[in-house]
Amino acid sequence: MSNKILLRKGLNIPLKGSATNQIARSISPDILAVKPTDFRGLNPKLLVKEGDPVKAGTPIMADKKSPEILICSPASGTVKEIVRGEKRKLLQILIQTDKQQEYEHSNAPELRKSGTPQEIKANLLSSGLWALIKQRPYGTIADPAKEPKAIFISGFDSAPLAADMDYAMRSEFDNMQVGADILSKLTKGGVHIGLHADTFAGSPMHRLERVKIHVFDGPHPAGNVGIQIHHISPINKGETVWTLDLYTLAAIGRLFNKGLFDLRRVMAVVGPRVKNPAYIETLPGISMKMIADMVDSVAEVRCGEDVGIRFISGNVLTGENVGAEGYTGIFHNTITLITEGSYREMFGWIKPVRGKKFSVSRSYFSWLMPGRKYSLDTNLNGGERAFVVTGAYEKVLPMDILPMYLFKAILAEDIDKMEQLGIYEIIEEDVALCEFVCPSKTDIQDIVTRGISIMIKEMS
Amino acid sequence: MKVLKKLVDNIKPTFSKGGKLSFLHSTFDAFETFLFVPDHVTKKGVHVRDSIDLKRTMTMVILALMPALLFGMYNTGYQHNLATGGDMAFWDMFFFGFLKVLPLIIVSYAVGLGIEFIAAQIRGHEVNEGYLVTGMLIPLIMPVDVPLWILSLSVIFAVIVGKEVFGGTGMNIWNPALLSRAFVFFAYPSQISGDKIWIEGLSKGEGIVDGFSGATPLANAAAGQDIPSFMDMFIGLIPGSIGETSALAILIGAALLLLTGIASWKIMISTFAGGLLTGLLLNLLAPEGSYMALPAVNHLVMGGFAFGAVFMATDPVTGSQTERGKWIYGFLIGVMAILIRVFNPGYPEGMMLAILLLNTFAPFIDHFVVQSNIKRRLRRAAVK
Repeated sequence: MSNKILLRKGLNIPLKGSATNQIARSISPDILAVKPTDFRGLNPKLLVKEGDPVKAGTPIMADKKSPEILICSPASGTVKEIVRGEKRKLLQILIQTDKQQEYEHSNAPELRKSGTPQEIKANLLSSGLWALIKQRPYGTIADPAKEPKAIFISGFDSAPLAADMDYAMRSEFDNMQVGADILSKLTKGGVHIGLHADTFAGSPMHRLERVKIHVFDGPHPAGNVGIQIHHISPINKGETVWTLDLYTLAAIGRLFNKGLFDLRRVMAVVGPRVKNPAYIETLPGISMKMIADMVDSVAEVRCGEDVGIRFISGNVLTGENVGAEGYTGIFHNTITLITEGSYREMFGWIKPVRGKKFSVSRSYFSWLMPGRKYSLDTNLNGGERAFVVTGAYEKVLPMDILPMYLFKAILAEDIDKMEQLGIYEIIEEDVALCEFVCPSKTDIQDIVTRGISIMIKEMS
Repeated sequence: MKVLKKLVDNIKPTFSKGGKLSFLHSTFDAFETFLFVPDHVTKKGVHVRDSIDLKRTMTMVILALMPALLFGMYNTGYQHNLATGGDMAFWDMFFFGFLKVLPLIIVSYAVGLGIEFIAAQIRGHEVNEGYLVTGMLIPLIMPVDVPLWILSLSVIFAVIVGKEVFGGTGMNIWNPALLSRAFVFFAYPSQISGDKIWIEGLSKGEGIVDGFSGATPLANAAAGQDIPSFMDMFIGLIPGSIGETSALAILIGAALLLLTGIASWKIMISTFAGGLLTGLLLNLLAPEGSYMALPAVNHLVMGGFAFGAVFMATDPVTGSQTERGKWIYGFLIGVMAILIRVFNPGYPEGMMLAILLLNTFAPFIDHFVVQSNIKRRLRRAAVK
């Protein structure tokens, strides 16, 4: 174990509805969605058409630029529908699943002991797991042509109400160990895993061998892999590192243990609008309808107006609003249900006490009740303005980066400045808290998305 | 409440796109959002937002200005009473001051917000809250006898030239309130300086006690005359601009700003530190009996120093935006304010010019902080 890295900056948003450590149920979905929009930089080319039979692990999409990168079906069945949006943009592929799961055969287990890096790479690519490995800078699908400086995995998720990864991965040790061994053949810099100081000793990831364990202490975003990389071995111009989540690590292990493309995972269903927040065992891409009976269906009234529920795949900071019938994303470990904020509060901004509102700023009294949890809703809590207040972002970004200047460089599309000020080191999730605290209600993550697309365009 | 909501809903279409009065959209929106926190929800990015917004932020600053304002009203009556040799009771004096100060506040808000609304209308933006604070600051840094037409002109100048030409709240280079003060100071020197304007009625000269001088401590100090004691100046029952005489009232406001975290403690502390250290240094070098020998702590409670340090220097838009830069920025304001005071015979007060000067140089200070960050990050690459 290396030294503890203490991060003082950040914020744990006190949101109500954390999951108790139990599996509420195991879900075998009848319809699954695969969403190409989950993968940044993917230019999808369809490999199947409606009605085609697929197995778990059958390629259904490829990247147009690097056709060896494949996106595979997580379950066996038939392609039910191909959903397109404006300009025929591919949004999702719906798969009607079989009762009995059938898998594509892989020869991966033969490579477990003695596979060369080339063989392993080829196997990961053809299995479809490659697409789940991201690279930094930018958080795109890893480029198979580059060798990464090192591979980083965050062993905990510090986002509000996110799944407790120690619990979610408690029976995955063997798979994770094989996954780590396989990955360490692909880089000279080793496989690095970040754990939290409060829980690392009991974590299944702590027992992993042949990996480098780093211990972090502090509030969110300490669990973001980008923050961890910044403190372990920051990314400089020209360098590439890979990141993946624990689900993918275990899935790689399963592939090389059993030869199966198996993305089963334990996810948390959380939030103030969940009846009994707990975990579910499922595949990625399930419909929100599958958890309909976990939803707190009692209609809520705020300030005299009926307010609905927002279904978020992911956490409240970085998740996607998919609606009551939408599908979960492949990189999410949490489903969060919160109250919509479409109500008007009279003189809300000037009321001295607003007991249900949370603020990091001390202009409200929530700082006097540190243990309290809140049922936060989606109200913007104000109007959008120009940047006025300074020093707020810095308090929630534990990096040696000047966030305000980086964001302004992006807005000015100044490539040199973006590069100098740290665009290589961040993706949206790392600055999500800046967006949360911003009194001017700026869409910071959107700015970073724009910055990253500008960089990708300029640098290619 | 429901009635009001219905009313708003009923007239909303008239002001929305396509409605008869759609050109007044920004104005309607301003009033609607004044009444209700709007029902806007998060669309992309984070799904929940902190409860603070600019309205709340600005409200806190205005709250913090209240002690200085109330004290200023009382002091206006008190000084008038002193000058005329009257025997007014406490509430008489307060009420007298209230009636004198209120028109200044009304004119400041009416003129300033009028321009803000028009500007928002032209741009099609929402009306910004920035002027809520500026509009309160401006009367507080004026002498009580300032003619209303001069006040109006200074507000117009400050809002249009100081803010709107740059793009509105958040885009300006100089603190608009100070710009209005500087405008008055330089455009109307004969009407607005000297010893007479600080006390209501003194310039008209009616019924003034013989030998009463309305001179501010700063003017006295510059002229080498006696000044009130430190404690008197700290409490603030002395002639001066309406809101700036009482360091005590200002410190109560400062406490609120610091407690809520609205203003930067770095800027406040470093400004006071800069002023104090410069004062001490001058004390060391001072020839006997010169202005330089004025005890350094006195500088901090005289004139607009405390008010400027707490409410003006900490303006996040015009101040330094990097955390390190804030230390330098505040410190230099303190230094410059004292230097201008002591060594420039033309201007008894240096705070206004010091802050405007450092407003100008704040981006320059930030530039060096940003460059040092860039260099440090580049070095990191070289070490590896």
